[in-house]
Amino acid sequence: MSAPTAAPIYVEAIGIAAPGLPNWAEARATLRGERAYVAAELPPYQPQWLPANERRRAGAAVRLAFRAAEDAMQRSSFAPAELAAVFASSDADTPVIHRICSALAEPARMVSPTDFHNSVHNAAAGYWSIATACTQPSTSLSAWDWSFAAGLLEAYALAADGSDVLLVAYDIPPPEPLLERRPIAGPFAAALVLSPREVPDRIARIAVTLGDGCAGSLAEPALEALRLGNPAGRALPLLRALASASLGGQQETALLPMPGDRVLRVTLDAP
Amino acid sequence: MKPLRINRYTVTSALGRGIDAHWDALRAERSGLSPRPFEDCGLACWTGEVAGLDRALDGELAGWDCRNNRLARLALMQDGFLQGAAELRQRYGASRVGVFIGTSTAGIRQTEYAYAARADANAALAPDFDYRRTHNTYSIADFVRLELGLSGPALAISTACSSSAKVFASAARAIRGGICDAAVVGGVDSLCLTTLYGFNALQLIAADVCRPADAARVGISIGEAGGFALLEAAPGSDPGDLLLLGYGESSDAYHMSTPHPDGLGAAAAMRAALQSAGLAANEVDYVNLHGTGTPVNDLAEDRGVHAVFGEATACSSTKGWTGHTLGAAGIVEAAISLICLQQGFVPRSLNTRELDPQLRGAVQLQSSHRPLRRVLSNSFGFGGSNCSLLLGAAT
Repeated sequence: MSAPTAAPIYVEAIGIAAPGLPNWAEARATLRGERAYVAAELPPYQPQWLPANERRRAGAAVRLAFRAAEDAMQRSSFAPAELAAVFASSDADTPVIHRICSALAEPARMVSPTDFHNSVHNAAAGYWSIATACTQPSTSLSAWDWSFAAGLLEAYALAADGSDVLLVAYDIPPPEPLLERRPIAGPFAAALVLSPREVPDRIARIAVTLGDGCAGSLAEPALEALRLGNPAGRALPLLRALASASLGGQQETALLPMPGDRVLRVTLDAP
Repeated sequence: MKPLRINRYTVTSALGRGIDAHWDALRAERSGLSPRPFEDCGLACWTGEVAGLDRALDGELAGWDCRNNRLARLALMQDGFLQGAAELRQRYGASRVGVFIGTSTAGIRQTEYAYAARADANAALAPDFDYRRTHNTYSIADFVRLELGLSGPALAISTACSSSAKVFASAARAIRGGICDAAVVGGVDSLCLTTLYGFNALQLIAADVCRPADAARVGISIGEAGGFALLEAAPGSDPGDLLLLGYGESSDAYHMSTPHPDGLGAAAAMRAALQSAGLAANEVDYVNLHGTGTPVNDLAEDRGVHAVFGEATACSSTKGWTGHTLGAAGIVEAAISLICLQQGFVPRSLNTRELDPQLRGAVQLQSSHRPLRRVLSNSFGFGGSNCSLLLGAAT
């Protein structure tokens, strides 16, 4: 059984940070098939909007989330302080968890205070609100490999309620020994700005339906490996559809995996 | 917003299992906190430990076994909650009931055990350690979804100590947006070394029992708890029906682990809750404070409360009873607020000996019995995440 949700929502800006897809301008060309995907490590990056002292404290997952969010905000007509936020991550900052659990295994159990406040799942949301002076509501969530679709639903519901929303999905490979139990292949972050309004630079109009079925996949093996290698990579079918939608083509559909073998069907029209 | 009906709720904490145990403890002014150490924790502090979590999970979900999911199952078994969830599933269909669960650390205790059991820092983790079904933040939402046989949208919200207040807001939006017709909301957080030693590293743990609003308060006592509620649209309501009237959320945008000193974010969340319910401040009968018992938190919240409510509205923290249950604090204090609405009871600030003269809100030093129609419950977390819930009883 499936049921359609309410009013259409507009995608206003897109950001990405993944191996071989370092920003949306390059990723869009790749996802349109205008250039071949070339696997490459993400070049180093310092978040532009994090004050220097916060930049030193923030963990690797937070910095990755900033990277995609800043990429999206560069092309957005919104100021970040205007946007409610949804941060979706399966595992957040596992290097911090690794350091804390390692410290707790020592006799002295000396947990670093900075590690502790960075260990909260909403660390990225906290740093983002501080960096952008944004006092709007923000939600941080996890839904294992389905975190992107869960985050999109949360952001969609916020937008349907009247808010302009920044959605950021991000995950990084854990350090060993956690990596063996949570094998995330590489970093991946995706960001979308959603609005319930017909904003000037809208890329596509989307509607979502929750139903039964199989998630979409990507024909190119390297891109499919990216999709499966990171929970945030599950965004790729939608990102590919968005890359095409901005050409002004016909309606596209992206199928995103949800818990319990269910699927989030996202339909897109060029505005 | 249109009110949502809370057609069933339950809570399990150091005060006991279910609504009646909590009402008994509130009325008798009996705290659940104890100076007995949690497992081999060597810190001098009080904790609010839930009894009866020693037995491993059995049945189909035995693979989810960890302290956090044991607590979840224990909590789900109280107050006819399983029956209520089954009725909801029947009424709307399993795929139309969403699951929104708050937690801060889920089953991280399993990872702590697995790290401690390693022979050296290069060793792998024990083969029976199951990261996905215990430690991962989503594990608790997955467990609840499977335990209740639901297949609607499911997610874990993890915004530190506001987590299980924010689930009400997310569920309300999802119901309003047609994503689901009804929702199981709740939160579970269980004792672990990460939070005990972590808050200790921040010098926020009291050696003595926590004393919210006290002039000599020094910090928190950590507790553990699980609680749940069923939410659905309420086209009409009968007298006595419990309602979610509104909610408000905000971000401090100030500091990762310290609230804005003037409680600006707290005040913004409280005002947003009033606005979403269409109520004026003087229509709220009692404010259940976040009131953790640290010097900075209680003062900042008081400034926010004073800015919104002035000095007239009765308020108190109930963490002297339960301890700070972190990611479960939102649902625990929502449940206590619902008990207060049903019983006509305003709890005092337990363990408060001498009220901090800097505080200007009407912190209650004596419990009182009087009819309540609307209660506001505050939950604030690290990262500056604020959420206020407005709960009411239909008349």
